Amino acid sequence: MSVATQAPASAASPVDEDARWKYLNHIRQTPGPFTDPASQDEVAMRMFDNFKVLVIGAGGLGCEILKNLAMSRFRDIHVIDMDTIDISNLNRQFLFRKADVGSYKAEVAARFVMNRVKGVSITAHNKTIQEFDLDFYRQFQLVICGLDSIEARRWINSTLVTIAEEGDPDSIKPLIDGGTEGFKGQARVVLPSFTSCIECQLDMHAPRAAVPLCTIASIPRQPEHCIEWAHVIAWDQEKPFPKLDKDDPEHVTWLFNKAAKRADEFGIQGVTYSLTQGTIKNIIPAIASTNAIIAAACCNEAFKLATSSVQCFGFENNYMMYSGNDSIYTYTFNHQKKPDCPVCSDQSRPLDVDPKATLQELLDSLAVRPEAQLKAPSIRAEGKSLYMRAPPQLEEQTRPNLTKTLLELGLADGQYVNVTDKAFNTQFDFTLVFK
Amino acid sequence: MVDVMEQTPPLLHGPSEKERKYDRQLRLWAASGQSALESAHILLVNSGCGTVGVETLKNLVLPGIGKFTIADEAKVSDADLGVNFFLDEGCKGKSRAQCCAELLTELNPEVQGNWWPREKSSSFEELLGSPEPFTAILYSAPISEERLRMLETYASQFQTPLVAVQSAGFYGYFQVKLPGAFPIVDTHPDDTAIDDLRVLAPWPELEDFARNMTKNFESLDDHEHGHLPMVVLLLHYLEEWRKSHDGANPISLKDKTEFRKGLEAAMRRDNAEGGEENYEEAVSGVMRHVQPPALPSTLRQVFDYQRQGTDADSSFWLIAAAVKRFHEKHGTLPVSGGLPDMKAQSDVYIRLQNLYKTKARQDAREVLATVRSMEGGADVDSAEVELFCTNARFIKLINGADVAPKTLVHVTEQELANDEMAAVVGPEMPYSLIGIYLALTATTHLESASEEDIESSIARHVPIAAGQERILKAAKEVARAGGVELHNTSAVLGGMVAQEMIKIITKQYIPVDNTCIFDGIDSRCQVLRL
Ligand SMILES: [Zn+2]
Repeated sequence: MSVATQAPASAASPVDEDARWKYLNHIRQTPGPFTDPASQDEVAMRMFDNFKVLVIGAGGLGCEILKNLAMSRFRDIHVIDMDTIDISNLNRQFLFRKADVGSYKAEVAARFVMNRVKGVSITAHNKTIQEFDLDFYRQFQLVICGLDSIEARRWINSTLVTIAEEGDPDSIKPLIDGGTEGFKGQARVVLPSFTSCIECQLDMHAPRAAVPLCTIASIPRQPEHCIEWAHVIAWDQEKPFPKLDKDDPEHVTWLFNKAAKRADEFGIQGVTYSLTQGTIKNIIPAIASTNAIIAAACCNEAFKLATSSVQCFGFENNYMMYSGNDSIYTYTFNHQKKPDCPVCSDQSRPLDVDPKATLQELLDSLAVRPEAQLKAPSIRAEGKSLYMRAPPQLEEQTRPNLTKTLLELGLADGQYVNVTDKAFNTQFDFTLVFK
Repeated sequence: MVDVMEQTPPLLHGPSEKERKYDRQLRLWAASGQSALESAHILLVNSGCGTVGVETLKNLVLPGIGKFTIADEAKVSDADLGVNFFLDEGCKGKSRAQCCAELLTELNPEVQGNWWPREKSSSFEELLGSPEPFTAILYSAPISEERLRMLETYASQFQTPLVAVQSAGFYGYFQVKLPGAFPIVDTHPDDTAIDDLRVLAPWPELEDFARNMTKNFESLDDHEHGHLPMVVLLLHYLEEWRKSHDGANPISLKDKTEFRKGLEAAMRRDNAEGGEENYEEAVSGVMRHVQPPALPSTLRQVFDYQRQGTDADSSFWLIAAAVKRFHEKHGTLPVSGGLPDMKAQSDVYIRLQNLYKTKARQDAREVLATVRSMEGGADVDSAEVELFCTNARFIKLINGADVAPKTLVHVTEQELANDEMAAVVGPEMPYSLIGIYLALTATTHLESASEEDIESSIARHVPIAAGQERILKAAKEVARAGGVELHNTSAVLGGMVAQEMIKIITKQYIPVDNTCIFDGIDSRCQVLRL
């Protein structure tokens, strides 16, 4: 190529770090109408050089976040993800290639970005977040999440609230969280124990209502009803394979054929392979552009926070909602801390209950209440275990309580109960309010 | 006639590798959107720090755009490596266009990436003169006046959407210039947008169906009674209502509330469940479904639109005229054919669903016949007619040229007036971002500019903005950025621009009309028609 041969000398010369970061340094060193004068002094400059940041998730958002942090001159980054690369990731997780399918996401992503951007160190952890102790999390100044699981978000949120200690600013690890679904998404910042946390905002992510079992079993009307029937009823009856693997095309094809046959019997149209897979795996559409927007919005907050160049999300606004399907719309606001948040406040939360309901019914309701969403709760009243899932002896001992009503268990209006769930390292305090 | 929505051939061998790779996006824009993307060729005219355009291309290469071409005369510098991810140390001194094109195509082997200039002698005119026209053009500021004029000439000659983008410091904006009126049929309304159930304008077959099911109403056992579909309940009780109200329907809020009370009272409660789900569905559907057929303002705009010489998409306008005639004749739009899920026995629901589908097909056939009778209507695709009829209530016209465009001065005036209100209202009402747009566009043709230059340019073009505090601040902020891109700002904008180009290429979802301003300090956007 003629263009390549024009400047052979400079192509071989090493990159001057000051020249490389000329643009970024210009913004950091030039005062403007919105800059904090203190952000330009030596201390602030050095603080940013030593900033250590943790990225949770190396998927759609995670790949973008790693790129953006490296291009924002963060030098010391760790990334946690236990997932391996699937072919359906390749339309947006741009650090992965077809040859990488099956490898660990964290490892491949870290290697790619370190190769591309010299001077950045990225440490990959192919593990779950629950495998690390508090001291591990204490080493970072900032945590950025790009996750698709609400459970993992709640876990890291309560962990960072646990770490936060009054009077010790270093113990406050800001949590920046991004999420997307199709053309929509959100970016938010939590200052653990100071501002509204993920748990305070839980009701903004209410779980989708499930189809009643009787509809699936006897009166299907929609293609999804037929797919759920194949998934929860036909599979169990016929057990065509020892264990259902939702990523195995043979298994999905079996479900698809069963669902299609049932749909045919009822005259229902629209069962497809793609719908079958989407329904059983609860697939959420995901595209590169939304991930780019949300990840960059998160990293923009990270950069503002770490360099204190201009004001970032925190005590005032802390949440940006994004929607791109009808024009472009953002709503940036201050989500208020809930005074009865089970994670970041000391007050117990009122729980409306029917005194004639059984303990089992109460526990089931905790799974679907938008503000609780606890799938495997254990419950204790003052001095008394009502139902405990572990250890096995205690489970056996407390199991008979499940069929008793709250009145029969001797619980009273205004009684204080606490709920634990092995998915979270915190306890949820409630006050019973009888209806 | 074939109903396209039902054409789902059984898939016996599972999805192809390509379908698996694109699965998560096919769920948004389907095979039709994907094939539109794969036939598209995008030109990026790059300059300056050159990152925002490349970030945009990344988000188009990943979903599988057919081809792209980068026009950029710059050679890769050290500073490029600190802002542009699609360059590495080995690129230093080489053509930035070529290096970016090569590293971008790595992301998706199905995409073809080109660059310009390939040789010293090839001119920009030659690039624009290539035999195959570009599907859309994106240019990033700064750009010379001469080159911009060439692009504008090209865009008007070939009806090409032209997108401008600028990223500076924490600020940015982009603007979409469409060649003419741009109708979108497949707008993907939210699930909350309801199907048109026609309970106040039922056709005879639907009326008969409801009467038949409610004939021996009181003698139905609890199971049957609790499985009467919500639509049937609404039709039945509306008929009862009319009998006692001189044939009039409950239209006013007061009457609807009264009607709803009647429904609540009619629910059987002496059964095992202590209530009936289908009645609950009917009760909660009163306000939404008991609506006289209405013409949405967005569709009225389409009906009233006077086509301009520059407007393309002639089959759309023929169908629109035919649907307008249908509406004039019947007082209703064609039935969309959709029926939401509701508590019902399977066979009853399916029969009801078929009633709606049959009527939808019949209406679409009538529209098609009208289209066929019009000049140039012989070649119009029946599937296009069906899609129009199904989505009629949600069709949207972007960039309608007869909607008098407001001048920048006028819009600024309005925005400044809003700001005075915002100062009183507080954080609930955000301030306008127009100042950012004014300050950025003052540097469209400049690498960077001083605060004074920006202010005097604003004062020249929009005198009313001169000296306004928020606008002065924006000018200061743009001046201090000195034309420098921050990677994060460019990545946000690159995401939004790619998203908008995808909407335009696939003709799905609703594109921005027409300018989006991003403020990375406050972390928010504002869309204005400028
Ligand atoms: Zn909280």
